[in-house]
Amino acid sequence: MATDTTLAGLDALELAPAGHGTDAAERARRFWAALWPKVAAIALVWVVWELIHLTGWKKFVLPGPGVTLHNLWDQAQTGLLWKAIGITLERAVIGYALAVAIGIVVGLLVARIPPLRAAVGSLITGLQTLPSAAWIPFAIILFSLDNTAIIFIIVMATAPAIANGVIAGVDYIPPLLLKSAKVMGLRGLGLTWHLVMPAALPTFMASLKQGWAFTWHALLTAELLVLVAGEPSIGQLFAADQDQTDMPSTIAVMIVILILGVLVDALFSRANNAIRKRWGLT
Amino acid sequence: MSTTAVTETVAVSLAGVSKVYGRGGSAVRALEQVTLTSAPGEFTCLIGASGCGKSTLLSLVAGLDRPTGGEITVNGRVALMFQEPGLFPWLTAAGNVELALRARKVPRAERKARTLELLDAVQLGGFGAKRPHELSGGMRQRVALARALAQDADVLLMDEPFGALDAMTRDLLHDELDRVRERVGRRLTILFVTHNVREAVRLGDRVVLLSSRPGQVIEEYPVPIERPRRMDSAPVAELASVITDRLRAEVSRHGN
Repeated sequence: MATDTTLAGLDALELAPAGHGTDAAERARRFWAALWPKVAAIALVWVVWELIHLTGWKKFVLPGPGVTLHNLWDQAQTGLLWKAIGITLERAVIGYALAVAIGIVVGLLVARIPPLRAAVGSLITGLQTLPSAAWIPFAIILFSLDNTAIIFIIVMATAPAIANGVIAGVDYIPPLLLKSAKVMGLRGLGLTWHLVMPAALPTFMASLKQGWAFTWHALLTAELLVLVAGEPSIGQLFAADQDQTDMPSTIAVMIVILILGVLVDALFSRANNAIRKRWGLT
Repeated sequence: MSTTAVTETVAVSLAGVSKVYGRGGSAVRALEQVTLTSAPGEFTCLIGASGCGKSTLLSLVAGLDRPTGGEITVNGRVALMFQEPGLFPWLTAAGNVELALRARKVPRAERKARTLELLDAVQLGGFGAKRPHELSGGMRQRVALARALAQDADVLLMDEPFGALDAMTRDLLHDELDRVRERVGRRLTILFVTHNVREAVRLGDRVVLLSSRPGQVIEEYPVPIERPRRMDSAPVAELASVITDRLRAEVSRHGN
């Protein structure tokens, strides 16, 4: 009776008004707002680079932006650059996926089992601080010069960061949520699956992104040194450029890496925003 | 005269329950020798000033913590509600309720219908697809109530569940709680902790007054006021003022 309608009225008043629709103009405005700072930043770098070039500093080895971009354009016409990008990305994705899978399992086990945490918790952080280059001799002796060695180096560099991210994510789960889940009767695997993993996700997302950076670092380091015959890679292009003191090509490949980095970052931002929106953190 | 076969059992019973946190000189006696029984279907409000161990008491009954001494018996399943709704932000309102059903292994086929029923019971039938952050504080607390009911509890423990709500929403939720109790159709025993004396009188069949540091039962007040009740009605205010006076006397004891 009266209570029902009052309650319904209160609900209607308290609910946030329906989100203002995103029409085409609004979307275009947002796109532009996100785009122009990037364009301006690129233009600024270009100008500074051109100015340095004009001063004539190291002019025999340091090319200007025009020459470099021309080189990049030429390389893009050949199949070699694309093949190298393909092989490097493939290694990155395989290594990263393996590292994420291993990191999640290890992280969950360590976070949820106190004796295990006491035993290996600090070891994981130790591993994370170990430079990926330190694994190279070990990997080459163990696997010789092939893809497995490179993947191994990526996993060793990335998995600890992922595991640490899981542990931090679990530690920062609000106690109220844990209590609620326990009162509900969730235990063991059910608790891990329905509460611990989703609740740890926002913190964990940051470590996924950090893990990707570790993967990239480890991968390029490994590719510079673990040259696999018949498999051109970005690292291998670098090695060849260095041998031939080909600075335009070297910078061109660096630009390719930057572009890939920006693209992957956009993917992570997108995933992150989706989660924040879901949780009401925006 | 003739005693009919009254199978009046006990829903919750605390016999000489004590709880001490810490050890030695820094030990805090939260509860001491608390003896309390709730009949099935009874609505008991626990009231007391800060440090009376109200929340500790509920944690003990919920089995989240163990008493240092004494015995706690609970007949049936227990659900617990807090001042914060504690909903899972990654699930929708319906998802939150459904997870509670899932936790007690209700078959998938039944879950959808049960979830809708429970949301209807708290008048949120149309809001199942909303996420917690899209709902108001009062609505979230109702989802939490639906989730507690989904646990098919015989004993519902409520720890200041309306403490963070504005007065109007709180009043409406009092009415709502009365209705839900009728609607669930089984004898739902409620232990309700609050520091609002009027709220306790408005809701409870009985108000239990606890002392502070350590928490002990110092007085029990039956509430013989007919339902439906209103918090601003004269009989509620009258009894509330009696209890408030006793509570104040207890609090002043600590000032000396």
